[in-house]
Amino acid sequence: MNKVRFGMLLFVASESVFFILLMIAYMVYHVSSPSGADASRYLDVTRTAVFSAALFASSFTIWQAGIKSRTGSPRATLAWIAATIVLGTAFLVGEGTEYTDIISKGITVNRDLFGTTFFTLTGFHGLHVFVGLVLLSSLFGIGLKRGAGVGRLPAFESVTIYWHFVDTVWIFIFTIVYLWALR
Amino acid sequence: MNNETSASKTAESILDVLEYKGLLSWISSVDHKQIGIMYFVTSLLFLLVGVSEAMVMRTQLIKPNNHLLSPVTYNQVFSMHGTTMVFLAVMPLLIGFMIYFVPLMIGARDMAFPRMNALGYWLYLMGGLLLYFSFFTGDTLHMGWSAYAPLTETNYSMNKYMIGTGVDYWIIGILLTGAGSIMSSINILATVAFLRTPDMKLNLVPLFVWMSAANAVLILLAVPALNVALVMLFIDRHLHGFFFNPVAGGEPLLWEHYFWFFGHPEVYILILPGFGIISEVIPVFSQKPIFGYAFLAVATIAIAFLSFGVWAHHMFATGMDRTVYYVFALASMLIAIPTGVKIFNWIATMWGGSIKFETAMMFAVAFIMQFTIGGLSGVAFATVPIDWALTHTYFVVAHFHYTLLGGTLFTVMAGFYYWYPKITGRMLSEMLGKIQFWLMVIGFNGTFFILFFAGLEGMPRRVYTYRNLPYLANINLISSLSAYVLALGILLFFINLVVSLKKGKLAGDNPWDGWTLEWATTSPPPPHNFDRIPPVRSLRPLLDLKRERAGAGALDFYEGENG
Repeated sequence: MNKVRFGMLLFVASESVFFILLMIAYMVYHVSSPSGADASRYLDVTRTAVFSAALFASSFTIWQAGIKSRTGSPRATLAWIAATIVLGTAFLVGEGTEYTDIISKGITVNRDLFGTTFFTLTGFHGLHVFVGLVLLSSLFGIGLKRGAGVGRLPAFESVTIYWHFVDTVWIFIFTIVYLWALR
Repeated sequence: MNNETSASKTAESILDVLEYKGLLSWISSVDHKQIGIMYFVTSLLFLLVGVSEAMVMRTQLIKPNNHLLSPVTYNQVFSMHGTTMVFLAVMPLLIGFMIYFVPLMIGARDMAFPRMNALGYWLYLMGGLLLYFSFFTGDTLHMGWSAYAPLTETNYSMNKYMIGTGVDYWIIGILLTGAGSIMSSINILATVAFLRTPDMKLNLVPLFVWMSAANAVLILLAVPALNVALVMLFIDRHLHGFFFNPVAGGEPLLWEHYFWFFGHPEVYILILPGFGIISEVIPVFSQKPIFGYAFLAVATIAIAFLSFGVWAHHMFATGMDRTVYYVFALASMLIAIPTGVKIFNWIATMWGGSIKFETAMMFAVAFIMQFTIGGLSGVAFATVPIDWALTHTYFVVAHFHYTLLGGTLFTVMAGFYYWYPKITGRMLSEMLGKIQFWLMVIGFNGTFFILFFAGLEGMPRRVYTYRNLPYLANINLISSLSAYVLALGILLFFINLVVSLKKGKLAGDNPWDGWTLEWATTSPPPPHNFDRIPPVRSLRPLLDLKRERAGAGALDFYEGENG
């Protein structure tokens, strides 16, 4: 454990509270909302499952990048980081198509509580994925200069922690929004 | 280079430190001492603004049916007073103490993340300025610092010119200061975890550091709850969402839950570092080791833990389930136990000590008494029927001013009188200090003790005036006049701070015979903090050093102490 990793773990703890409360808001309004859109009519679970799989896979690829940097192979390290970026981007593109699809059907933030809570929760997660992609791209840039050494930077470790966190949050959001809260 | 270093080493006053000369050295600084001082200066200025707002309110309330302020202006003044005092004055004052003294007390060169430290400060400053900028837009927060929904929704917060930007500035300002304080908390925890001098085991960490760390955990886990509520409110206001808008089934109560899930830990955020200051001041000026070090540390953790389970006691008047009342009333009363443990520890520390009644110690003693009154009135409040009768009256106002003004602000004063010599190299004037102390004690108790009775009479808070009912005119007159005395005391403090910076007695390294590591370096500390860090074998490393130098004979004198 070093201070950078520790700091990131603390940040993740703080962010967890943020997401837990957003999820509680989603669940509360899902149960109590008297009217509004029917989530099951508008959410395509299969499509979301596919781009979710991309995000889950990206946790694996970033882990591999760390391993490869320890064995000292710069190309493999960079390749795995690049794969992570591609998978994360795929997730965001998937989410983007979902948004355009739902919005075209008239579900918006200002239509009803489903719209408000759904876009806030998934939107904030998407924002975190985007920030993660920026961080990963910076690491990729550093890796081009430093080679495998990038995987041993404290920054790499903490970005890994952040990326796993973003991934874990999506497990919960997917479970709540796409599996539990369908009606 | 060498000349510079030696010059700063021998600097007798902070004004002579070469590295701290020039505006650029402050703006670009990542030194925890400079950032700490910037926190002090900024938050003291905001404190002055908050005090002025309080004086405006007390002037408005000095007689019944007064029309000095319009109702809307009065609402804005008390809302900004609360927000300023909580977010821009007291919290950053305490963060300033944490940032300045935690690294010094654990023998570190700086914080774990110096640049993030600076970023935290600048976010706080910009957030504060943004909040006050709202005055120039013609609208500012006027729903109280707790900003209950749905009053903050757009349809309720527009004025007749359709200007409703006050809430938006409030949201953004508080988000910025909140982000800054989360950064500070991560920084403090990483500093305490990794940068302690090698022989400072956890059971040898000074209590101020313990309580700062507990405080950092509270900030870390409570502030995101406020952030999420603010973000939801922002979405309601600008994307026309329905989180707190009952039109489409939104629950205004959800705001209260989220706000107080932050808000109750927040009041402990506002007191824990104060407890830490007191736990340093009382033993030094009693010339005795702290009584029950482990109990104080554990009680702090207990308070931090419990504080997350009591938020709904702010909402007893909202008609929740009966079981909820029982649980939260009980949990709230439980907090009195670890707090009581602390009070007794401080009293036991003074017991039998040879007490030096310097100004710092006087503030500490007054704190114990006033905080006890504040705490006991809080326990009374945890009883649901009492809460129903007294909620939203001046009893609440008196209660939390006894904890936060008679409590926290008095600890801050103790902290300044204790540590100002270390920060600046010069002593604060003891004579001015004692006058200030008595003005503040008389002014504070005169202002707020009598407000308990105003509350019992049923006088509602947050209303711009009151009818000429029996007693109310006299109570408010006494309260307002005392408030001026209190303000005079605070003003004297500012005068003392400024005058003593140049004219104060030179302090030397250790003017109070303190025994924690910050006294081992020079006053003011050089930019690198320590030339040599003394070994830490007990809670009082400097005393060990002194005994060692004095030879074995001196040891007998201190025998029997567990320091």
